[in-house]
Amino acid sequence: MSLKTIIYSSFLTGLLSCINFLTDVSTVKSEIIQNLEKFKLNETIINSNQDIFTQDFGENIVTNESLNQEFAQQDDETPNKDEENWPSPIEDDEIFWFLLVDQLEYRGSDSKDFFRWDIEGWVGGDYERIWLKTEGEVAFAKDDGGEAEIQLLYGYLIAPFWDLQVGLRYDRIYGSEDDRGRAFAVIGLEGLAPDLYEVDTALFISENGDLSARFQVEQELLITQKLILQPRFEINVAAQKVENFGIGSGVNDIELGLRLRYEINRNYAPYLGINWIRLVGETENLARKDGESVDNFSVVGGIRMLF
Amino acid sequence: MPNFLHRRNFLRFTTGLGLVVGLDYFSPAYAKQIKSIKADQTQLKYPEIIDLIIQETGVKIGEQNATGITVNNSIPAPLIRLKEGQIAKINVTNKLDEDTSIHWHGIILPVKMDGVPGVSFAGIKPGQTFTYEFPIIQSGTYWYHGHSGLQEQRGHFGPIIIDPIESDPFQYDKDYVVMLSDWTFEDPYDVLKNLKKMSSYYNNQKRTVENLSEDSMWRQMRMDPTDIADITGATYTYLINGLVPETNWTAIFKPGEKVRLRFINGSAMTFFDVRIPGLKMTVVQADGQNIQPVIVDEFRMGTAETYDIIVEPKNEQAYTIFAETMDRSGYARGTLAISQGMTAPIPKLRERPVRSMKDMGMNHDMSGMNNNLHMNHDMSGMNSNSTMNHDMSGMNSNSTMNHDMFNDEAVPNISNDFGVRNAGVPMMVQSRLNEPGIGLENTGTRVLVYSDLRNIAPGYDQRKPDREIELHLTGNMERYMWSFNGKKYSEEKEIAFYKGERLRLTFINQTMMEHPIHLHGMWMELDNGAGQYKPRKHTIIVKPAEKLSVEINVDVSGKWPLHCHLLYHMKVGMFRTVAIMDHPVEAG
Repeated sequence: MSLKTIIYSSFLTGLLSCINFLTDVSTVKSEIIQNLEKFKLNETIINSNQDIFTQDFGENIVTNESLNQEFAQQDDETPNKDEENWPSPIEDDEIFWFLLVDQLEYRGSDSKDFFRWDIEGWVGGDYERIWLKTEGEVAFAKDDGGEAEIQLLYGYLIAPFWDLQVGLRYDRIYGSEDDRGRAFAVIGLEGLAPDLYEVDTALFISENGDLSARFQVEQELLITQKLILQPRFEINVAAQKVENFGIGSGVNDIELGLRLRYEINRNYAPYLGINWIRLVGETENLARKDGESVDNFSVVGGIRMLF
Repeated sequence: MPNFLHRRNFLRFTTGLGLVVGLDYFSPAYAKQIKSIKADQTQLKYPEIIDLIIQETGVKIGEQNATGITVNNSIPAPLIRLKEGQIAKINVTNKLDEDTSIHWHGIILPVKMDGVPGVSFAGIKPGQTFTYEFPIIQSGTYWYHGHSGLQEQRGHFGPIIIDPIESDPFQYDKDYVVMLSDWTFEDPYDVLKNLKKMSSYYNNQKRTVENLSEDSMWRQMRMDPTDIADITGATYTYLINGLVPETNWTAIFKPGEKVRLRFINGSAMTFFDVRIPGLKMTVVQADGQNIQPVIVDEFRMGTAETYDIIVEPKNEQAYTIFAETMDRSGYARGTLAISQGMTAPIPKLRERPVRSMKDMGMNHDMSGMNNNLHMNHDMSGMNSNSTMNHDMSGMNSNSTMNHDMFNDEAVPNISNDFGVRNAGVPMMVQSRLNEPGIGLENTGTRVLVYSDLRNIAPGYDQRKPDREIELHLTGNMERYMWSFNGKKYSEEKEIAFYKGERLRLTFINQTMMEHPIHLHGMWMELDNGAGQYKPRKHTIIVKPAEKLSVEINVDVSGKWPLHCHLLYHMKVGMFRTVAIMDHPVEAG
């Protein structure tokens, strides 16, 4: 029995049962009847169905898959005229942004109490981003002043985990003396080192040509899914003495921090921790001369926020 | 629309979802009637014209109100049931305030009907009606979904059943569509933003300090062994036919009946592991194509894959249809029962798996560096003599080995210069087709593997491939960048296939995640050791550090997308256009 016969006979069976179905409505549920009436299902359907089966497929119904595929593709050859105006199938170079308030905290110690912030954010695509970083502290006591730093950088992805950043930094110190500020050129590297160390390091050249550098590293250790311990280390070094800003040449200071945060959700995480800053070398001497503390242990509490 | 009223619309008897595509038949997802149906196919009417209206509609997901992108006011979209040999004519009206589209997933059709904006047509503008018209030259279970932006995540997907001209090579009494999906109450664009800010945003199953020493290798490589799914139960609710687990979608059977379940993974980002405790499942179709039946206890579905199974429950009881996510952060659940309202125990979620050295593409010479427990299993997998014996005999009995290039050996991964777009290159790549996949290795039950799949009949084209193309799946999880060959779509748009050629396309997964790769317009015949009986698939899971090949008959023209079917991976660049070119004249 040829395939053609099978197809025609199965079609005929289908047709007959269609007719049977349509005429013998008593066997059909009432809701279906309603729908049939609504859609004016009548004989023309059957006829047009027949048209489809005979006119378009002719003799070649599924006898040969490749023939069928060719049939399916038959009108592909005509080119699309307006193709240039089509949208892109996907938009994969959109601009995103990120803002992390890493520290927004109260720092209490024997000598002074500070309010401190450390915020960074970016806006950009996969490879190029504009970074904004700011950190600083303000003393709670009157006239004790404070200091603030802001960096505006251009970052470029140079390795899968590393962003090269260049830009400007501006520092300002407030206090009993005159407010004073200085600007720097910055070249830095930020990324994720093996063993999941989050590294942010940079070289700074001040407007007066003084050279300094900073190295920051921190890690996230999950106690539970929501309780996260964040140890942090920072070291600052300078090539020249800048007495006006209390900076000696060599290693300036070492900072160690340990914060334990509780992630209410990814966006909000209050934390408690400890922080220790030790001034060393020439910087330590300068501070002692000014009567400032050189060994500062504080207890911190604040909130970390991701936007 | 003056001719809107004159258009003939036809009732179709539908299965599974119990939905009717019609002019103004509105059915909210939560109120869906679930009918048991497998009518005699000769009694089914197939629509000449189908009208679909895409719009934003208030829907109820479980107890919560939300706004979804619906087709004829329903999530999932209504079932489209067609007959092989007919011409499908589908009017799609866009009532959104943005462009939309429908792609007919797995359907072989003319290029202009494929429904991908920017590749096959301009898209459907707001207020516009686009008429899809194409002949149906295949049968089986398929699906359709939006191919614009992230609309698919918001509910723009639905099932397709195409009844064959000749009867199925297996018997069943009833059939149901079981369409799995993932729903988030967040705006999908916010989800993407969160991933861009922090790629592990939705991973709430990370390892803690407890495993610190065990994970030293992973930390060294800056990889997360718990990175199983980008988006998880932290934001997703998993649905069966639009219903939450508590609503318990139920399929009715009579004891002794053969019930065909047409599983469709219509999710945006989720791999499901499906089982029905107490029942063996006979897999009869994969991606709409009849296969030589395989009896299993469980099978994994990558995003966009479909599997048709037949179960034969003998007892008067309820059985849970359990679709656990690959990362074990949630599940979709339904019930197979003799009457509505019955329930069966819901299995506990298994423990979330962790990535193994093998996912990292580590050679076993490296094993001294990290002796975690998972190593043992993986080692046996890598040596693979014991596990392969069975499959080898199967292959020999087809006596088609000489046709085959299928190779299970691990080979050094020599291509590792994808720059900043690829982090963590595996050292070794190999076929993993005989592995069930992460988390299913030691279940003690029979789990479907890709090397089980054998087409029911030999493929009609048994030419040896003329040409081989390698395509590397690449990504940088840290920045949530995904690409092919280290380049996202906007950086490299096209791959050339030659018209008429038999092409061997080899995927090499350089990443630590599974990617379901989908090719439009042509079948991919998976080179899994089945010789002439290579299974034909529209979507293929490529496991981490896996190298696998498919053969493609390039019998079409035009341009066709090839992409990762994880919606957000596609969105950020894991996408290519396949341009069908004339074969270049060979020099000399």
